[in-house]
Amino acid sequence: MTTHLQSQPDAQASAPVHALEVRGLVKHYPGVKALDGVDLVVHQNEVLGLAGENGAGKSTLLKALVGLVRPDAGEIWVRGEKVRLRSVVEAADHGIGMVFQEQSLVPNLTAAENIVLGSEGAGVRRGLYRWDTMRKLAQEQLDKIGSQIDPLARTDTLTFAERQMVEIAKVLRIEERTSHPPVIILDEPTSVLESAEIETLFTQVRRLREFASVIFVSHRLDEVLDVCDRVLVLRGGQSVGEVSTASAAPAELHRMMIGSTGSEDHYHDTAAERSDQPLQPRLVVKGLSGATFRDVDLDVHAGEIVGIVGVHGSGREDVCRALFGAEPIEAGEVTLDGDKLDLSGTRAACAAGVGYVPAERKIEGMVGPMSVADNMTLTKQKSRCSGPLVMPQKQATLVDKWIERLSIRTPHRGTAIQRLSGGNQQKVVLARWLVAGDIRLLLLDHPTRGLDIGARSEVYRLMRELANSGVATVLLADSLEEAIGMSDRIIVMSDGRATAEVGCPSGAKPTPLDLVKEMV
Amino acid sequence: MTSPAGADTEVVLPPRPQPRRGVSLRDAGPPIALAVIFLLFALISPGFRTIGNVQNIMDAAAVLAVVTCGITFVLMMGSIDLSAPGVMGAAAIAVSLLVANNRNGNDWGLLGVLVAVLLAAALGCLSGLALVLLKVPSFMTTLGVSAVGLGVATLLFGGVQPNISDEMLRGWAIERFLGLAYLTWIAFGCVLIGWLIQCYSRLGRYAFAIGGAEEVLALSGVKVAPYKVAVFTLAGAFYGLAGVMVTSQLSAGLVQAGKGYDFAAITAAVVGGTLLTGGRGGILHSAVGVLLVTVLTNGLVQVGVSPYWQGGVQGLIVVAAVAAAVIPQRRRNQVTK
Repeated sequence: MTTHLQSQPDAQASAPVHALEVRGLVKHYPGVKALDGVDLVVHQNEVLGLAGENGAGKSTLLKALVGLVRPDAGEIWVRGEKVRLRSVVEAADHGIGMVFQEQSLVPNLTAAENIVLGSEGAGVRRGLYRWDTMRKLAQEQLDKIGSQIDPLARTDTLTFAERQMVEIAKVLRIEERTSHPPVIILDEPTSVLESAEIETLFTQVRRLREFASVIFVSHRLDEVLDVCDRVLVLRGGQSVGEVSTASAAPAELHRMMIGSTGSEDHYHDTAAERSDQPLQPRLVVKGLSGATFRDVDLDVHAGEIVGIVGVHGSGREDVCRALFGAEPIEAGEVTLDGDKLDLSGTRAACAAGVGYVPAERKIEGMVGPMSVADNMTLTKQKSRCSGPLVMPQKQATLVDKWIERLSIRTPHRGTAIQRLSGGNQQKVVLARWLVAGDIRLLLLDHPTRGLDIGARSEVYRLMRELANSGVATVLLADSLEEAIGMSDRIIVMSDGRATAEVGCPSGAKPTPLDLVKEMV
Repeated sequence: MTSPAGADTEVVLPPRPQPRRGVSLRDAGPPIALAVIFLLFALISPGFRTIGNVQNIMDAAAVLAVVTCGITFVLMMGSIDLSAPGVMGAAAIAVSLLVANNRNGNDWGLLGVLVAVLLAAALGCLSGLALVLLKVPSFMTTLGVSAVGLGVATLLFGGVQPNISDEMLRGWAIERFLGLAYLTWIAFGCVLIGWLIQCYSRLGRYAFAIGGAEEVLALSGVKVAPYKVAVFTLAGAFYGLAGVMVTSQLSAGLVQAGKGYDFAAITAAVVGGTLLTGGRGGILHSAVGVLLVTVLTNGLVQVGVSPYWQGGVQGLIVVAAVAAAVIPQRRRNQVTK
């Protein structure tokens, strides 16, 4: 593969044809505009960074580039030729390949089989494997990236970092399909890697640049700035600007990512109504440790909203689940209003007045085909029962009261919850913890994920009301902006540890940048 | 930890899923269990530890081994196959009417066997097609195809039992080579062919991969459906051969030739270490499972356990084996259906 090394990076000067160009890409999902006219250009032998908050449209854009999402409008040009990508295979035929965020290898096959999967070529003759050829084909790919992995090792015996090398080797197979230099997309490649492994990956990315173009996506801005030549920023499904990494600072990039901060009113910040906090915090967490987090200390007063922020892999989701007894812990003590909180299972947490709103609403938060009323009374069965029997009249009265109080827009309490809009579904999920009136601590894991802006605002208002009524809240926000807007205090987590605490009182809010400084 | 990727990755990793190396307990468990049970029975019962009895065990395992070969490929994909009784019944009646018999003048010999196996393969293909075209879960399609097979068998049966007079087919069950019946050697051949398919054919490797991560295959541009149909077809062919073998043993074609073999084969495969969720195990695992089940049945008889107890005891062993296999994967709030 030495021929690749001879191609010069300054090819743009002679040929203005871009390796990849996207013009005005649009993609609608019901209720959401994921892509709203994205433009993007990737030059030959360049590493382009893609930055943007959750929901900025990054993953939709990437999926469109490998044929997994069909855009509603817009054009994709590959080396000056307009293309329509309808499948991963078609994308590969045009030389575009992606290393997926969730590693996409078949765990029970060998590395060699994974590398040539779907394009075995000479490795299979008349349906029969020729293991020698297969190993050789795979070895060629592994040699391109200088990897020492044994091609015949079973994939699930490899480490994460090794598997990622296998994925890159696999993606480079597309070179066999086209005579042009490939475009390789790396979607959040560092999220599962340790820092030393990340350095190895960066070496690989720089090596790839010698003969390919790379699109590099990461949550970590320092990484993006480190490894990329240029960074394109997405916000709200649009390209809002690009910077050359030679001159840019994380601050500038971050300002572009979040844009102008929304009005404070959006978060219904009504600090004035809050009474003074009692001296004793409601929730006290000491030295909580689990599989993905270590020695986490945390306290939350009644009426307080404490946000936990951190990049992907910081362990904050697992802390949240552990406090609900849904994740095993190894050490640590948790007390609620002075009483020890039993974390052996979720039943104990429910009984103690802890509520949890999971991030995956459709999978973990609700039973789709069941009615609004049944979903709302799912946990606090006593609220609708008399002895062992369900009392339909009791349930109806209670549910109707909460439908009105939270202004849940549903045709009827008997409507299946899956027919409601996301925001109204989320309100029913929240109401589940309120019907019994014994809620003391609310754990919110991305409570506004997938909601449009109006529905978000309503969820924010509800959170405020609950806090003002004395509920202690732990919030894992969808964005830094949301964390700052809603929280009274923010804990920063990184690599499983709580690394900083930032005060976030009404009127003296920190900027997202202050938090980013603590996060990286 | 030894990482072949060079000095760059030589770092101390915090706790996270560590790669497994060497032979896992799950792979080594069933052979060890087989050896232990065998030795145990041999110690207790003098009747068990004779050469003659070992031959009996091998001969008794033959039909189940062939059925299990077929079902293993289906289980490796994460599907399930309950069609063995019907497919075996259809093949049994078909072959008994095609070779020399008391019902008609046919005397097709080996060709009759081939046609019966092809009929069975067609029934298997039907299961696969219903699965991929109608998107009906394999549990239901194969149950339906089993009923279709029994229906075909009943129609062919026509009220009078076909007794076979074909010397070749009857000889399979009677004549011996190196102390084992021909049927047993056929079973060995099936296991060998199954193993070769599993290791050296795209069909076998893809069946394995479908059970491991089907969506990854799709992302790699592999069309999965034809392989699924082919696996069910292959399984059908194995059941058909098993039906022929039963006919050889009985010297007669019976609609009920395959009765009970569906669950017996699933049991053997699971006990041998093939997961019902797919992606793990294989033909050799299943072969060990077949021997385990057969040794157990034979041993329980030899030590004088009442046959009335045996069904229950075998059931308990299956549940225990499955529970042991899933222990490493248990987690809190796991949903089991």
